[in-house]
Amino acid sequence: MSRTRKVAATAALLAGALALTACSTNRQEATGGGGGSCDTSKGTLVVGFIAPLSGSLSALGLGMKNSTDLAVNQANQNCTVPGYRLALQAEDDQATAQIAGQAATKLASDPNVVGVIGTLNSSTAQSAAPILAQKKIVEISPANTNPALTQGDNYQTAPERPNATYFRTATTDAIQGPFAAQYLVQKAGKKNIAVIDDGKTYGAGLASQFATEAQKLGANVVAREKVGEKDTDFSGVIAKIRPSNPDAVYYGGEYPVAGPLSKQLADAGLNVPLMGGDGIVDKTYVSLGGRQGDLATNVGAPPEQLPSAKAFIDAYSAAKYSEPYSAYGALTYDAANVLIQGVAKAVGNGTFSDATRDGLVSAVQATNLQGATGAISFDQYGDTTNKVLTVYSVQGGEFQPLETGTFPTS
Amino acid sequence: MHAVEETPRLSTFLSQIANGLVLGSLIALIALGYTMVYGIITLINFAHGEIFMVGAYGGLATLTYILPTAIATTWYFALPIALVAGALVAMLIAVAMERFAYRPLRNAPRLAPLITALGVSVALQEAMRVFYPGATAALPFPNLFVEGAVVIPIGDGVVIRYVGILLVVMSLVLAFGLERFIERTRLGRAMRATSQDRDVARLMGIDPDRVIVLTFAIGGALAGVAGVLYGSYLNNINIDMGFQNGIFAFTAAVLGGIGNIRGAVVGGLMIGLVKALAGQYMPGGTAYDYVWIFVVLIAVLVFRPQGFFGESERVRA
Repeated sequence: MSRTRKVAATAALLAGALALTACSTNRQEATGGGGGSCDTSKGTLVVGFIAPLSGSLSALGLGMKNSTDLAVNQANQNCTVPGYRLALQAEDDQATAQIAGQAATKLASDPNVVGVIGTLNSSTAQSAAPILAQKKIVEISPANTNPALTQGDNYQTAPERPNATYFRTATTDAIQGPFAAQYLVQKAGKKNIAVIDDGKTYGAGLASQFATEAQKLGANVVAREKVGEKDTDFSGVIAKIRPSNPDAVYYGGEYPVAGPLSKQLADAGLNVPLMGGDGIVDKTYVSLGGRQGDLATNVGAPPEQLPSAKAFIDAYSAAKYSEPYSAYGALTYDAANVLIQGVAKAVGNGTFSDATRDGLVSAVQATNLQGATGAISFDQYGDTTNKVLTVYSVQGGEFQPLETGTFPTS
Repeated sequence: MHAVEETPRLSTFLSQIANGLVLGSLIALIALGYTMVYGIITLINFAHGEIFMVGAYGGLATLTYILPTAIATTWYFALPIALVAGALVAMLIAVAMERFAYRPLRNAPRLAPLITALGVSVALQEAMRVFYPGATAALPFPNLFVEGAVVIPIGDGVVIRYVGILLVVMSLVLAFGLERFIERTRLGRAMRATSQDRDVARLMGIDPDRVIVLTFAIGGALAGVAGVLYGSYLNNINIDMGFQNGIFAFTAAVLGGIGNIRGAVVGGLMIGLVKALAGQYMPGGTAYDYVWIFVVLIAVLVFRPQGFFGESERVRA
């Protein structure tokens, strides 16, 4: 008997202690620099971040992390959120859906997390977004392109927003796939296209969007194959598509497969260009075997050519990060700024608590910001209204922008 | 959607055979190490795939950090040096692994070294990930052999890369050499004796510890060679390569009859061919080619549990 009572007493004590910490965490004293001369008397708020920081996609993920870090530091210097210091907490999802879910749970359990920037992969967003949405935590992805994330699984027939707290600054594959098809069929004049994907949420979705539009535009999809995301030897797939004499290969997936695939195509005597989506736009693509003349589409306009992105690029290089900002740098910087502006608006002169979260979601929804990638606002699904895409081509070992445009939405 | 030609063309068939042989000989090279270690101490060394991976990184490190560019880009210098370096690094790791992870457990229940092997595998992978510069992502690996390919003029041409031919030839030569070594030399005889009965071998004046170290060293060296050839053929390496190919090699060793040299080679080639041909002709195509490897494995084990060349399990005292 006495033992049960003891346990009960301990439990009550623990619960009390937890409640106390929960109350006090919002008033953590800011520690150390970053705050500059700003008033940080109300404590620290955390900007969460989820993307692959190790593994084969880390080149993209690290660029995203640095860009978020830059936005957070600038906000601290400019006293953007009155009374608070902002801190970045970056979690590595290793490009794995299950680990992204764990990272989301971890961030969601911290009452000081105002929002999350990320993820990189659509498949990881599928597991992270519902967890964050349940706690009304805003998630803004600069890189997810699968349409289902904002418009539900039946996005073609009956779009319905699954997560009210999920937003993205990247446009979707429902636009990227057709945009790529338009270029490859109409501008590059390719008529017999082999389509390969890695079977993941992003790759398979993008490839089918591409294939549908390419056929609509009069091209033949002469082969439709799948490879594993951990495969390294593609000789089997290549021998299989070779007899159909494709004049181009479209690949839905990411550069760790696309680079070697491009090289092995040429090795097997199939010297046709490989085209992919935003997942292959990184210089690692070329070092892993991507060839001169290979093509890719990427969301947004090239930051190097945008006057609006100049301030971002200058600040990024001044901050001397050890990795380049990579394909999603500018979009990530914008996503982070959307979140920070939203926090500033929702908090105002008050304090941040769970009650502020609804206001934060509406503030982000109502975003109207001049970002590095241009004007940013969101439609009723949380998708960016900026539907600009760019075709890139590998020239002299790097992706060079060919032309920027948009695909007329149906 | 236009289907790929309905009638499978001869050239496609031959291309897939060639692909299967190249992949198969790579797996065979790794499988030799599995099978030798099992033959001598009945341990399934799950860390053997990692030896293969470390060997590839050893070769790459030699090329990038040690050799001057002029030598590293001349294939007839770079290839042998990288092969020897990869083999040495892999051999060193294999011997250290035996000395520090398996020898202390020599007389422990069989499950203990097996779990240790899994632990060593994870440890090696993580060590590479943390300590090799840039190993968090795939690293490019140069082709160390002559660029280009033989094109057999059948149909629209059967393309076989020179480096693929090198892989097949190296693998068969090494496996043949290994078999001769085990059958014809005194050390080989000591190995066979130790594998049959360690205690009686000791009575005959054989030092089983030395023989076991030798087994790990040879298996490691072969895996190291395989690692460098793999990098050379596919032109990129990553820390996962050991796990995936290790599983195939283990399957090959079981298929051929674990403990048997010839069986490992036949098993390896068979897995390569099954993967290539199943990807071409079986329903599901390349997305399901791995499935067929294990379908074949299960089928073989149902009818011949000891594998193609394996002897039925001896009852051990």
